[in-house]
Amino acid sequence: MDSDSEGEFQVKVELTVNGKDVTADVEDRTLLVHFLRDVADLTATNVGCDTTSCGACTVLLDGESVKSCTVLAAQADGRSVTTLEGLASDAGEMHPVQRAFHEEHGLQCGYCTPGMVMAIVSLLKENPSPTEAEVRQGLEGNICRCTGYHNIVKAALAASRTASSSEGASK
Amino acid sequence: MIPPSFTYARATSVDEAIALAAEHGEDAKYLAGGQSLLPLMKLRFAAPTVLIDLGRVTELSYVRDEGTYVAVGALTRHHDVANSELLLADIPLLAHVAEAVGDPQIRHRGTIGGSVAHADAAADLPAALLALGATFVVRGESGTRSVPAAEFFKGFFETALEPGELLTEIQVPKPATPAAWSFQKFNKRAIDFAMVGVAVQGTGGPNTGVALINMGSTPLRATAVESALASGASIADAAQLAAEGTNAGSDIHASKAYREHLARVLVRRALEEASSR
Repeated sequence: MDSDSEGEFQVKVELTVNGKDVTADVEDRTLLVHFLRDVADLTATNVGCDTTSCGACTVLLDGESVKSCTVLAAQADGRSVTTLEGLASDAGEMHPVQRAFHEEHGLQCGYCTPGMVMAIVSLLKENPSPTEAEVRQGLEGNICRCTGYHNIVKAALAASRTASSSEGASK
Repeated sequence: MIPPSFTYARATSVDEAIALAAEHGEDAKYLAGGQSLLPLMKLRFAAPTVLIDLGRVTELSYVRDEGTYVAVGALTRHHDVANSELLLADIPLLAHVAEAVGDPQIRHRGTIGGSVAHADAAADLPAALLALGATFVVRGESGTRSVPAAEFFKGFFETALEPGELLTEIQVPKPATPAAWSFQKFNKRAIDFAMVGVAVQGTGGPNTGVALINMGSTPLRATAVESALASGASIADAAQLAAEGTNAGSDIHASKAYREHLARVLVRRALEEASSR
């Protein structure tokens, strides 16, 4: 265990998390998810399977979904991370995907929800008007143990409609 | 799970990466997207003492038209391979197989070179690159060399890469009939590795490339099928030879006999699809 002793290897990590700078010296092996939860104190991002399967730890790295249990904090150094906490506006207004989860009852126990929401935000950025099949395909990396997929997919589709109609209104 | 302790080192260029590998020796490992290596480290299947992060080596992220072939930088992410207009037009098999890897999150991090160098017999991209007859460019302290895909995969997670060598580029010849491709991935759940998979490039005649996933300790070419097609065998007859020269294992997902059956069925389906597209 000597080689595992705290502080033997240290790396400086500077991230922009939800628009704010977070800097810390951490062990080289620190995973992004633990940096977010334990250093940045942002605990919406859950650790589920811890094996790159379930997607509960999904966050956005430079705007794209990644599984933060399978990214080193050091790999993300200098880059921008968005977690669920960073989605709502400063005035507290929910992000369209969050609102859609609320309206479509897109959660049961809620454990997978932060990861699902972040995966959908990334999916809609790449494909603003997905079909139902594309949503299901796009969520292949996120597992809901309550098997509540139906309403999660409904929420994703509702969010895409909201986004496209508000875009239409502003034109 | 947290990986065992290691020292993190960061390269910003190929030269720097190779110098770091030479400095740290055989206990160092290159880290590309980390989507295979980090899970292995968490499970203690791998415990390198130094990780050389290639994430900033942006010079190796590209998809370039080189006339008769397409050059793909080793650090090009699956997401970028899957969405490359050049590949979708000229080598659609490669773009579609990249899209079949893992899930969107994994494709945002994982790289084509990482997948090739990791050399998992169950991985999708190595088989596609075998069927396409790709060549891998590797660079080490003593210079650059090219290794054909057919000579690259040596054994269980073992490649032709020498210690310290870095895979830098994947050169994929443009197929004569780009649309004549098929990729069959048989699995039980969405993000599982293929229980058995088949990549085909060609119309089912001579020069048709057929490669198998998870039918031995390395990604494999179905050479018996390829030679039968070259000498004029029908698709149905050639596909019957799909398990020849393979060495599939048995595990909780499938027995060896079932994998051999799957190989025959999937090769037939793949050849039929490729020849009718």
